[in-house]
Amino acid sequence: MIWLESIIGTVLVLLAAGLMLVFLLPRFRQARGGLRLIPALQRLRRAIGLAVEDGTRLHVSIGKASIFSPTNASALVGLSTLERIAQLSLISDRPPVATSGDGTLSILSQDTLRAAYRIAHVPEQYDAERGRLTGATPFSYVAGTLPILRDERVSTTILVGNLGPEAGLLADASDQQNAFTLAASDALDAQAVFYATAEETLIGEELFALPAYLQAGAIYQASLRVQDVLRWVVIVLLLLAALASFFGLIAL
Amino acid sequence: MRAPLWTAVAISVGLIVLLGYFIPPEMTRFAFILTLRSILIGWAVILAGVAALVGVLNLFMVHLRRMTAKRDPDRYSIILVIGFLASFGLGLYLTPADPQYQKVVTAIQIPVESTLMALLVITLTFGSIRLFQRRKGLMAAVFAVSAFFFLLVASGLLAPLQSLPGLAGLFEFIQRLPIAGTRGILLGIALGSLTAGLRILLGADRPFSG
Repeated sequence: MIWLESIIGTVLVLLAAGLMLVFLLPRFRQARGGLRLIPALQRLRRAIGLAVEDGTRLHVSIGKASIFSPTNASALVGLSTLERIAQLSLISDRPPVATSGDGTLSILSQDTLRAAYRIAHVPEQYDAERGRLTGATPFSYVAGTLPILRDERVSTTILVGNLGPEAGLLADASDQQNAFTLAASDALDAQAVFYATAEETLIGEELFALPAYLQAGAIYQASLRVQDVLRWVVIVLLLLAALASFFGLIAL
Repeated sequence: MRAPLWTAVAISVGLIVLLGYFIPPEMTRFAFILTLRSILIGWAVILAGVAALVGVLNLFMVHLRRMTAKRDPDRYSIILVIGFLASFGLGLYLTPADPQYQKVVTAIQIPVESTLMALLVITLTFGSIRLFQRRKGLMAAVFAVSAFFFLLVASGLLAPLQSLPGLAGLFEFIQRLPIAGTRGILLGIALGSLTAGLRILLGADRPFSG
């Protein structure tokens, strides 16, 4: 059984990597219109534009997942989103601020912001205080982030990463400041809380679509298409397993 | 290409760790990969510890600057700085395993976090009331009805109904629905995590500048 798991895992990873490379080839690339419409992400793009025009601040909360934990994929999406938002708001009077609840993530958020400004040839705009660790436990993280929403003229809050239900307090505080809030987490309980408290919510794997919809690069669109293909592979495998079990061919 | 050396290091380390997951322990020929993976993960754990310290020092410095700012100094930062220095100093002197030290820290932390938890309950209650102002349509209605129904089920108020003939099966079926939904969402997240990891392994996504 362990052998079977190893083989299935290897095949899945190789298939996904192969498909990603294929979808990156110019002839297989999809125009941006190929992405399905997600109203929350359309509103986010508009909110980013408005924040840059108004000279108000964008706040990106990238969660509390350690980069070494199994939930780190959402943190990676948060970092990619942060980089893209830093690029989009380069001309803003107030640069974006990133908060996190983990030491490694705060260092990576600083590094991401530094890289974004360096690539845009404005390294002097970088300020290490824009990537902050606001608390080391879930509630202290929320308590440390609340003053930023209140005091720093934040007009758009993006909560993306491994956030728990306690982040509902952030979504509510942002709402009270009349700021636009987009919330996405890989934790199921947090998704339910965000649905009730945040202005816009991304459910399930929509979280991983965020950089692609912000046009962060062709690789993100390719990985979205790989996700779609793999989803069909999983659906077919589930149906086949159910049928095989129904006919007594395998025991589930 | 941005930081080619560090990208190569990240890809190599990532591949070794990934390979370690796919090689069964009984394959002794490739045992060195498992050993290498353990060493790399050990280094990563040490790095995570150092990163946590750096992050906390960054938090301290931010509040120290705010506290001493000439324009609008932050009074609350004074509490944080004093609290940090006291807990850090006592932690070093007594060690975090000291029962008295743990008692003091938890005596502060637990009431504060419980208060925030209570605040979250109120926030969620008001959020649920305002749900229909914010969201219109079938999904909002389904969300509200299912949240209310499962709240009732979890409270035990519907327990007498569950023992009625014919309804027991129905309740069992309804209670299985969230599990099916959960698995669907988790499968999607797993596929998203897979592609996010692969972007790093392909060197296309770099959460580090090098």
